[in-house]
Amino acid sequence: MAFKIIASQCTQCGACEFECPSGAIELKGENYVIDPKKCTECEGAFDTQQCASVCPVPKTCVPA
Amino acid sequence: MTASMISLDSSASAKTSDNRLTNAKSGSCKSSSCGSTAKPDDMDPVTWEKIKDHPCYSEEAHHYFARMHVAVAPACNIQCNYCNRKYDCANESRPGVVSEKLTPEQALRKVISVANEVPQLSVVGIAGPGDACYDWNRTKATFEKVAAEIPDIKLCISTNGLALPDHVDELASMNVDHVTITINMVDPQIGARIYPWVFYNHRRYTGIEGAEILHKRQMLGLEMLAARGILVKVNSVMIPGVNDEHLIEVNRWVKERGAFLHNVMPLISDPAHGTYYGLTGQRAPRAIELKVLQGRLQNGAKLMRHCRQCRADAVGLLGEDRGKEFTLDHIPDAASYDERNRAAYREVVARERGNHAAAKSEAIEMVKAAGPDGSLHVAVATKGGGRINEHFGHAKEFQIYEASPTGIAFVGHRKVEQYCRGGWGDDATLDSVIVALEGIDIVLCAKIGDCPKKRLADAGIRAMDCYTYEYIETAISVVYAAEFGVDPLTGTA
Repeated sequence: MAFKIIASQCTQCGACEFECPSGAIELKGENYVIDPKKCTECEGAFDTQQCASVCPVPKTCVPA
Repeated sequence: MTASMISLDSSASAKTSDNRLTNAKSGSCKSSSCGSTAKPDDMDPVTWEKIKDHPCYSEEAHHYFARMHVAVAPACNIQCNYCNRKYDCANESRPGVVSEKLTPEQALRKVISVANEVPQLSVVGIAGPGDACYDWNRTKATFEKVAAEIPDIKLCISTNGLALPDHVDELASMNVDHVTITINMVDPQIGARIYPWVFYNHRRYTGIEGAEILHKRQMLGLEMLAARGILVKVNSVMIPGVNDEHLIEVNRWVKERGAFLHNVMPLISDPAHGTYYGLTGQRAPRAIELKVLQGRLQNGAKLMRHCRQCRADAVGLLGEDRGKEFTLDHIPDAASYDERNRAAYREVVARERGNHAAAKSEAIEMVKAAGPDGSLHVAVATKGGGRINEHFGHAKEFQIYEASPTGIAFVGHRKVEQYCRGGWGDDATLDSVIVALEGIDIVLCAKIGDCPKKRLADAGIRAMDCYTYEYIETAISVVYAAEFGVDPLTGTA
């Protein structure tokens, strides 16, 4: 179970990287990407997925 | 024209800071206030010490000192309907826009390069493109690095205020003594029309609930800063039909809570920017509407009128942006700070601004004494230093002054497209410049060609280039006296 970032919608604001409790998000070249090995979908940490709830653009951080 | 009205300082025409320094040292000092601190009468010395080198906090300082923003804080915790951080256009100048985001290490390199090249630099700010307090780790790391290399540089941040109360103590301990909070409402009903959501304590809040949280955090942050003696500037975006009338109440609230300055800025809502307001056709205020509102706020918190709504990666004096000269590929990989340029410049300014202050008060007294009535709107082309030293055709903006029996007041600036490029002027551009100068009686500039001068005259605007390198206020007072005073002067060059 992991989330992913739709690159074409991402504004590269970096909010998700900052908020991710698992440190699964980083900027690779031009895009922010979620490492599926590290992503826990915030289970056990928060009620909602932090990347999706902090992202300023709807439907950009979505289930992979 | 008497000699005392215009006394051309020998330092005025010097180009480099070395020359300026030599001239300033060798020049005879006629003014009794030479070397004075040029402190305004209505300000306590502690506050003056804080703002005297800060171009955004002091209209007087903005003639001499430059700021730079380092774009280290991209993450934001609220969405504003006037903001879209996705679009970056090199030719756009508006908050939130940057060409490249920096790591704290890259930011330090850039600050050192700019400090070596731009002696006017006095302030390093973090203004996004997101929120400096929300993206706190990067903000803090940047400030710590910069303060260690260049201890005398002023640090400041711009924030929406939501995360501000969490970091006030750290800001105070890092000697950040200027904070700008963008406050557009004190009524969450109005806030709900400006902020679609806020992200707080790991949750996203929408509508009135979100605006309510933001409002409470903004007021708390403002009070905490004021209690610690940190100067707070409040920025408000004027959105016609949404918060324009409401800003009078905002002004009262923030003044009561100790805000030092209130800066009301016009909404920027070009559909091409892709903001919510841009796409929904929300209009921006006209220049005259902004001026009227500022006039109504005059009795509240002190107003800022020289804001340029600069980019989140702007570099240079307020009227210019040299950001393009200092992108990462233009700066050395390893730079070491050389304090000589800045030190020399500051020494010149210390002398120069004493003379300027004396000339300015003399000019204002003269205008007050000149005549019982009449007002003059003057547009000035300047590159800084408080002098008329820019060619008409090279100006990208004009600074607007109003001279009346109450004195000489700076009222704002008007941006224009640069008319002359490489020796040739473009007629269509000149037309747009003339439109931008609507309502102006006189243009003062360092030089102007016969053709544009005639075109301006046909539009009822007199352009003069006979006061080159003179202090702005001194030239205005001479022109004003010629218009309304007893001593007739021919004010045309």
